[in-house]
Amino acid sequence: MKLDILERLNAARQKRQAAILVTDLASGHLRLVVEHEGYDGDPLADELRRRFASGASGTVGEANTFLTVHLPPPRLIVIGAVHISQALAPMAKLAGFDMTIVDPRTAFATPDRFPDVTLIAEWPQDALPKLGLDPFTAIAALTHDPKIDDGALEAALRAECFYVGALGSRKTQAKRLDRLRALGLDERAVARVRGPIGLAIGAQSPAEIAVSILAEVIATLRSRGAVAKEAAA
Amino acid sequence: MPTPDLDVLAAAEAWRKAGRDVAIATVVETWGSAPRPVGSHLIVDGEGNFEGSVSGGCVEGAVVGEALDVIAAGKPKMLEFGVADETAWRVGLSCGGRIKVYVEKLD
Repeated sequence: MKLDILERLNAARQKRQAAILVTDLASGHLRLVVEHEGYDGDPLADELRRRFASGASGTVGEANTFLTVHLPPPRLIVIGAVHISQALAPMAKLAGFDMTIVDPRTAFATPDRFPDVTLIAEWPQDALPKLGLDPFTAIAALTHDPKIDDGALEAALRAECFYVGALGSRKTQAKRLDRLRALGLDERAVARVRGPIGLAIGAQSPAEIAVSILAEVIATLRSRGAVAKEAAA
Repeated sequence: MPTPDLDVLAAAEAWRKAGRDVAIATVVETWGSAPRPVGSHLIVDGEGNFEGSVSGGCVEGAVVGEALDVIAAGKPKMLEFGVADETAWRVGLSCGGRIKVYVEKLD
């Protein structure tokens, strides 16, 4: 592999752009296809389109060409610099998620409480457009405060984030969904809000709740079909 | 798959720019139960230091050895590993699967 191709690939990954490395296994020759740069004229266009959708790497043709598919890494944006977020931050990092915390309450969002996480002390309505939500992003709303959570949930649903979850009881969830409907979101969209958030593992402590949230995020990521099919291997 | 802390392709770029020889190993095919999916990477430098994984530990040692050859020769190589041969102490996959690994030098 030539260093300049690796540089371009890493630059695309850095910018959260999907890219496919096409390797001729016989000659060792390889080229890079970056999704947003277009590939309509490519002899492998149909195959490339399919691979961008599935995220699955693999060989094509007589197994002489190998496609390494690189989709953007999953991100987790947590609304609320709360106790659960403190436990979730190191776990999410270990699991390979790029985690960001958004909370406009500067008393909560202090670097002291979150030493190794990207922390944005702004309202979600201001912070999220700058972060650029996409289908490779998960949002967990943990403030318990509709003023802060609702705007983030609305933005996440409209951006087709792969996971949208919110902390709160079933009653809280029902009221929340009514408010989201009032914002003009349809039934398919509001049905995507996971609440009460997290897998039902009987979690009690903030750390246990963080485990249940992370497990649910991973389960959703691995079942959406548009990411590398690791489980299928 | 992405693991920001262990981004092997970013590490490969950094290693090369620091003047180290680098080989990249990629899982290109799997049969049966394979521990790491197609597309997984392992990178190796000229001194045998490595990062990443192609098999979850079963055949990494052998891949590192082959990678040093690829670095020396400059030509890519295809490796295939199957189930471990217990009598001969050969490396293999205890899970019973088979994998094909493509090893190339980073020029």
